[in-house]
Amino acid sequence: MSYLEYTVKHTPSGLRKVLYLNWGLVLVLAAVAGVGFLMLYSVAGGSYSPWAALQMKRFALGLGLMFAVAMVPIWFWRNMAGVAYGASVLLLVLVELYGDAAGGAQRWVDLGVMRLQPSELTKITLVMMLAAYYDWLPVTKTSRPLWVLVPVLLVLLPTYLTLRQPDLGTALLLVIGGAMVMFMAGVHWLYFAAVIGLGVGLVSTVFESRGTPWQLLKDYQFRRIDTFLDPSSDPLGAGYHITQSKIALGSGGWTGRGFMQGTQSRLNFLPEKHTDFIFTTLAEEFGFVGGFSLLLLYALIIVFCIVIALQNRDRFSALLVLGIAGAFFLYFAVNMSMVMGLAPVVGVPLPLVSFGGSAMLVLMVAFGLVQSAHIHRPR
Amino acid sequence: MRRTPRDTAKSVRTISRRGLVMGGLQAGFIGLLGARMRYMQVDQADEFRLLAEENRVNIRLIPPKRGQIFDRNGITVAENEPAYRITMVREDAGDVDETLAALARLVRLDPDDLERAITEMNRSAPFLPVTVADRVSWDDISRVAVNAPALPGVTPEVGLSRRYPLGNDFAHVAGYVGPVSDRDLERYEDPEPVLRIPRFQIGKVGIEAKYEDVLRGKAGAKRVEVNAVGRVMRELDRRDGTPGANLQLTIDSKLQNYVQARLGEESASVVVMDTRTGDLLAIVSAPSYDPNKFVQGISVPDYRALNENDHRPLASKTVQDAYPPGSTFKVVTALAGLEAGLVTPEDTVWCPGYLEVGGRRFHCWKGGGHGHINLENSLRESCDVFYYDLSMKVGIEKMAEMARRLGLGEEHGLPMSGETSGIAPDKNWKKRRFGNDWMIGDTVNAAIGQGYVLASPLQLAVMTARVATGRKVSPRLVKTVNGVEQESPPAESLGINENHLRLIRRGMNAVCNSRRGTAYRARILTEGYQMAGKTGTSQVRNITAAERRAGVTSNADLPWKRRDHALFVDFAPVEMPRIAVSVVVEHGGGGSSTAAPIARDVTLQALYDGDPPLEAYPSAVRGRIGTQQEELREKRIDFSADGRSRA
Repeated sequence: MSYLEYTVKHTPSGLRKVLYLNWGLVLVLAAVAGVGFLMLYSVAGGSYSPWAALQMKRFALGLGLMFAVAMVPIWFWRNMAGVAYGASVLLLVLVELYGDAAGGAQRWVDLGVMRLQPSELTKITLVMMLAAYYDWLPVTKTSRPLWVLVPVLLVLLPTYLTLRQPDLGTALLLVIGGAMVMFMAGVHWLYFAAVIGLGVGLVSTVFESRGTPWQLLKDYQFRRIDTFLDPSSDPLGAGYHITQSKIALGSGGWTGRGFMQGTQSRLNFLPEKHTDFIFTTLAEEFGFVGGFSLLLLYALIIVFCIVIALQNRDRFSALLVLGIAGAFFLYFAVNMSMVMGLAPVVGVPLPLVSFGGSAMLVLMVAFGLVQSAHIHRPR
Repeated sequence: MRRTPRDTAKSVRTISRRGLVMGGLQAGFIGLLGARMRYMQVDQADEFRLLAEENRVNIRLIPPKRGQIFDRNGITVAENEPAYRITMVREDAGDVDETLAALARLVRLDPDDLERAITEMNRSAPFLPVTVADRVSWDDISRVAVNAPALPGVTPEVGLSRRYPLGNDFAHVAGYVGPVSDRDLERYEDPEPVLRIPRFQIGKVGIEAKYEDVLRGKAGAKRVEVNAVGRVMRELDRRDGTPGANLQLTIDSKLQNYVQARLGEESASVVVMDTRTGDLLAIVSAPSYDPNKFVQGISVPDYRALNENDHRPLASKTVQDAYPPGSTFKVVTALAGLEAGLVTPEDTVWCPGYLEVGGRRFHCWKGGGHGHINLENSLRESCDVFYYDLSMKVGIEKMAEMARRLGLGEEHGLPMSGETSGIAPDKNWKKRRFGNDWMIGDTVNAAIGQGYVLASPLQLAVMTARVATGRKVSPRLVKTVNGVEQESPPAESLGINENHLRLIRRGMNAVCNSRRGTAYRARILTEGYQMAGKTGTSQVRNITAAERRAGVTSNADLPWKRRDHALFVDFAPVEMPRIAVSVVVEHGGGGSSTAAPIARDVTLQALYDGDPPLEAYPSAVRGRIGTQQEELREKRIDFSADGRSRA
């Protein structure tokens, strides 16, 4: 039984823990979720059904889960990291075998109580697993090639399963999220430089080969990549959604068209307006002021997490909090880049705002872990 | 495994440093997102706002209301009536088959239409209305409206459609409208968008076509907000169009109706013209057809029946057809001779029944001849030889010149379809047309309105009006446009010696009112209403010498197609002419026996503005006329009875 190397006698116990919660973070999370309720109410044409009311219930449930998770000492969660990782990989396999198809991809698994999207869960359990790994690994061995290979395999296993669904967006997020934890754990930067260099080299070689006798991909595969990278080359197909999304966002102007006055979303020009593209409705109806405010709220959450991590001398806790912050950052950064036409359309929801149960609950559990790390930090 | 304090310190340092680097990168990316947001929402906002408006707003045309057409007394000739149809929206209908079955129990549905509607419904977007029944009655519409709850998605709709309440009477004048065809669209360089509205009607023939630009009006437009799949959410604003201008014709519907009934199934034309203004009071081509059938889309058998009828109901004979004017042309020959000073009222010609010209024998209609005959009597008795002789002195050039002065051989620019210019032939014309030189025989033939001479019934009426007034009267069909009187140029003098004209009029008076006149039997008795006229019988076949020797076959024994055309022109009252009339009955036999009685009936009807008293007729025919008036009254429209008049 290994325990932390610091004494825990100053750690608050019982209900007193509530006082040691980071209430600022709770407040910002609630504010972001509030924006979500407002927008879901708006895109439903001024109605709590079908989305806003359900989302509120889920957020309430999420808050409850967060508090529950926060009450449990962080060392318990560290010990559960392997179990959590194993369970989510198992669920990914189950999805592969028995999952429900939605929108052409198998992503959900029915747990009886709720329908869960294991790939969402994996984003957090992978971070937990990697944090626990680096907590266990002697600091001096962090950059040894063999000890770098282990976390790489830990990342690639769920990534492979996610790619099979297929869910390219989540797979990318898992890789980048995992890499972030490894980076913060202190893996030598040359590894990252080498991987990035290799990736760039490979991609450019593939593109260089286009039109030459040693072409590495078939023509139709190139065309698919073209559409993926530049949807405007196919304005009625894949490009339609992104074009409409940009129009909605751009037409918002400084202060927007007013609550529930967004023509693009009200007249259904926007795709997936209650999930992946909900930010466009916000930007259309509340303009730059509204959109930028939400961005600042997100930034604030990241800032809270970094401060919490820096205050924490426990290696697992700090890596976990930074990893969660990184995963959270990836969520909204990819989603916003996508709706602004900076990145290709991949199915990534706007965290805490988009309608969706799995992502909401998983994120709230993750912030429960952040709170737990904060409450039970060494003093 | 316990960690040494040194390791812990190193770990904390690494994590802090790397965490801050990561935080810095994230902050940088957030800044990038913010900048992108600002660029799109502030710098490019106007551009995107415009694109959003283009997405959202659609412009729909509102068809203009077509101008109405009235007669000179304000009686409606062409109007717009509500056309009801039943439409159905698939997505609102629930069970389409069941709803259609429910509808079929209320309204008679045409199986073909229904099949077409179902196909269309399955093909088009589910929220678009599809017409399931067109041109349904008001009763059907009310039944559908009352049962609306049982018929989800079914809507009665109202549009406007053209209707010609006077039916056959104005088919050739007003024409008709029909849906825009591809051929119509090709006619325009840049077709107005309104023409592409489904079911939009434009003028096809007659005034409807000639005055299309005036009658159509300007389309309005409404801006509607549509959603992504094109469904109209609401109307943003609308700009009503300008309805088309109303037209008032010079025609007197009552007279037009009488003439149409009087002609019945004859293949005939009648033109009645006001000699003082040129107003056409009636311009009738018989037989006629119902223009309403064309508006609704005529059936193939109906159209074939019209097209194959040898009496040609579709032809507007008054302006489209040119006939040899026969003896009515003698007026022209006589005036040409008088004006050239080549004949005086006292000069006589010996008529032995024929004239030998260049070894060919030209016959007078009267085999025995007229003996010594002067100009006035030659008109009265229609002596051909007198004109053969006169024409050789006058020559074709002067005759053609006089014909043109009297309105023959030229178009009068009437807004009716296919107006012909007729032919007032001269030497140049023949050279151009056939490449041959003019022969003296051609002149002799032309003298009595045979040979190359051709004139439309309209031109004959104009000629008569000009002879009656001595002024250059021109026909007019449209009286007002949107209440504004259409000015016609003042009828200046023809420049023909009034004494010469008086002589011709005297001759024409004698035709009707002298015991030896060719139309004496068709005279009018009423003092002050008497008419002066000229008969004409034009051959459509050559009479061979052999046939002439054996005795010319009477018309009654010939097949219809080979009988002579019967013509008559007149003006009345003789003393102070008010109207000029021309009558052409195709293959009708003799001018005096067939055309003159029709002309007299029409003249009387026009002068009396209704049925004349029987005292106006010679006592011998009164009984027959009485019966005829009875019969015609049955067939005619009673204008006094209902609210047709809207003066």
